[in-house]
Amino acid sequence: MPWTPGRANVEHAKLTPRYIARRLLQAALTLVGVVAITFALLFLVPADPAREIAGKAASPTEVAQIRHQLGLDRPLPIQFAEYLGRLAVGNLGRSYIERTDVTTLVMSRLPATLELLAGAILCELAIGLPAGILAAARRGRMADRMVMAVSFLGVSTPQFIMALVLLHVFAAWLGWFPIGGYGGIRYLALPALTLGLLGGGWYGRMMRSGMVDVLRQDYIRTARAKGVPEWRVVLVHALRNALLPILAMIGLDIGTFMGGAVVVESVYGWPGIGQLAWEAIQQIDIPIIMAVTLLAAVGIVLANLLVDVLAPFIDPRIRLR
Amino acid sequence: MVGTAGGIVLLCIIFVAVLAPWVAPYSPDIQFPNGLADDGSPLAPCRQFPLGTDLLGRDLLSRLIYGARTSLLIGIIANGVSVAVGAALGIVAGYVRGRIGGAIMRFTDLMMAFPALLLAIALAAIFQPSLWIVAMVIAMVNWVQIARVIYTETTALAESEFILAVRGLGAGNARILFRHLLPHLLPTILVWSTLGIATTVLLEATLSFLGVGVRPPTPSWGNIIFENESYLTSAPWLVIGPGVAIIALALSCNLLGDSLRDALDPRARER
Repeated sequence: MPWTPGRANVEHAKLTPRYIARRLLQAALTLVGVVAITFALLFLVPADPAREIAGKAASPTEVAQIRHQLGLDRPLPIQFAEYLGRLAVGNLGRSYIERTDVTTLVMSRLPATLELLAGAILCELAIGLPAGILAAARRGRMADRMVMAVSFLGVSTPQFIMALVLLHVFAAWLGWFPIGGYGGIRYLALPALTLGLLGGGWYGRMMRSGMVDVLRQDYIRTARAKGVPEWRVVLVHALRNALLPILAMIGLDIGTFMGGAVVVESVYGWPGIGQLAWEAIQQIDIPIIMAVTLLAAVGIVLANLLVDVLAPFIDPRIRLR
Repeated sequence: MVGTAGGIVLLCIIFVAVLAPWVAPYSPDIQFPNGLADDGSPLAPCRQFPLGTDLLGRDLLSRLIYGARTSLLIGIIANGVSVAVGAALGIVAGYVRGRIGGAIMRFTDLMMAFPALLLAIALAAIFQPSLWIVAMVIAMVNWVQIARVIYTETTALAESEFILAVRGLGAGNARILFRHLLPHLLPTILVWSTLGIATTVLLEATLSFLGVGVRPPTPSWGNIIFENESYLTSAPWLVIGPGVAIIALALSCNLLGDSLRDALDPRARER
C-alpha cells in the first residue's frame, strides 16, 4: 500500500528500525517537496520584494542594489540550492522588512501558537468526542439529530464569523473575557473555543461514523449477549477501536489549524505565528512566509509520523498483523 | 428532507443572484445622502433600508443581493476548476496506475501535507487579486481531496469484472474511460461538486474578510464584513446580515451534498 501522509499507515506499522528509517526518509522528502513548491510559487509571483522595500521613490539602481543584497538577482535554481543549504543548518534566512533573523523571530512567536493549538485541540476533542459517542449510541433519535445538526452548522461557519460573534458576545457585551491580547487562560479561552467549536463538528461526525461501524461488529454483539452493561460496551469495548481514525485526524488537523491560526490570531490579536505570517504576507516578506509554511508542513509531517508510531499501541490488531 | 430544504435554499440564492438587478431595491453602489445618521454612523434597519446601511451610506440589502453573485460565481468557477482537475487526475492515476499514476498520487500526497489556507492567503495577497485570481487560488488548493476520492473509486472500478469484459470485447482505453468508467464516477463527482461549493464559499469569504479576496467596491459577503468590521459593536447588523448569508449558502450546499451522497450510495445510508 502506498504511503499517505494524510492517514495513519496501519499496514506498515511494524516498528522495526527499518520501517522507522524509511518513514523518516519519506518525511524528509515530503518536506523538500513542500519547500520546493512554496519556493516556486512565491518566486513566480509578479510582486518584486526589492521594489517593495526600496519604496516608490527609489531609482532603478537602488532597486537593483537591494535585489543584489537579497540575492534575488541570481538564477532560481541557485537561490533554491542556497536556501536548502541554509535550511540544513537551521538558518531560515533574514527578514526583508525587519532585517532580523527569521529563526529568532519565528521561535519567539512559536510558544503562543503552540498554546493556541493545544487549547484548540483540547476544545475540539472535549466537544467532538462526547457528542459523536452520544450520537452513535442514540443513533436515529433526537440526541443524534441535534448533534448532527449542530455539527453541520459548525462545518458551514467560517472561522472569522465565529471569532467575531464570540468576541462580540462574550468579551465586548458580557465582559467575561478580555477583548484580545495575550496572557493566561482567560485570554486563550475565546480563540481556542473559536477553533474548538468549529473543529469539534468535524470530530463529532468522524467519531459518530467510526462508532456506528464498530458498534455493528460481532464482538460488540457478544459483549452485549454476555450481559455487559450498555455504557461499558460503548465506552470501553467500542471506544477503543473507534479512536484510531480520530488520532489520525489530529495529524491532518494541524494543516487546517495553521490557516485558522492566521484568521483567529489576527481577530484576537494573539501574538503567534499566524499573526506573524499575516503581517509578513501583507509586506511580501517572503523569508517569513516560507518559514511559516515550512514550519506548518513540519508540524503536519511530524504529527503523521507520530500517529503511525502510536497506532499499534492504541489498536493492538495492528501489532498482530 | 433536510437535503430538499438545502436544495430549496440554494435555488433561492441562485434565483436572487441571477435576478439581482430586478430583486434588489437599489443599486449596490449608490451612497444615499440620507443613508448615514447625523454623526456619520450607519443607519439601523428601517422602512427605506430594510437591513440598514453600511459605513458609506449604501443599502445593505442591495449589497448582499449583488454579493450573492460574487460568492456564487467564485463558488462555481473555482469549484468547477478544482473538480475538473481533481477528477481528471484521479481518473488518470487510478486507471493508468504505473509510473504516471504513482507520480500523480505522490504529488497529491505532497499537497495533503501543505498548509493550504495559509498558502491561499499568501498567494491572494501577493497577486493583488481580481475575482478570477481569487477563484484560481481557491481551485489550486481545493482539487486534492476530490482527486484522492476519485482515484480510490477508479482503482476499484478498473479491476471490476465488467471492465475486464468490455476490454475483452476489444474496447479501447478512450471508450472504457468515457463510456464505462465515467458514468459510474458521476454520482461521486456530483456529490463532491456540491460539497465543494460550501468549502469554496467559506474560503472566498475568509480571503475577502482578510482583505485579500474580492476587493471593494465589488460587493462580496466576506468583504462587506471586512469593510464594516469596526462597526461590529455599534452596528451589528452589518456583520449579522452577510454572516447569515454565508452560513446559509454553505449549510445548504453541505446538506444537499450529504443527502445526495446518502441517496446515491446505499452503503452510506446505513450510517
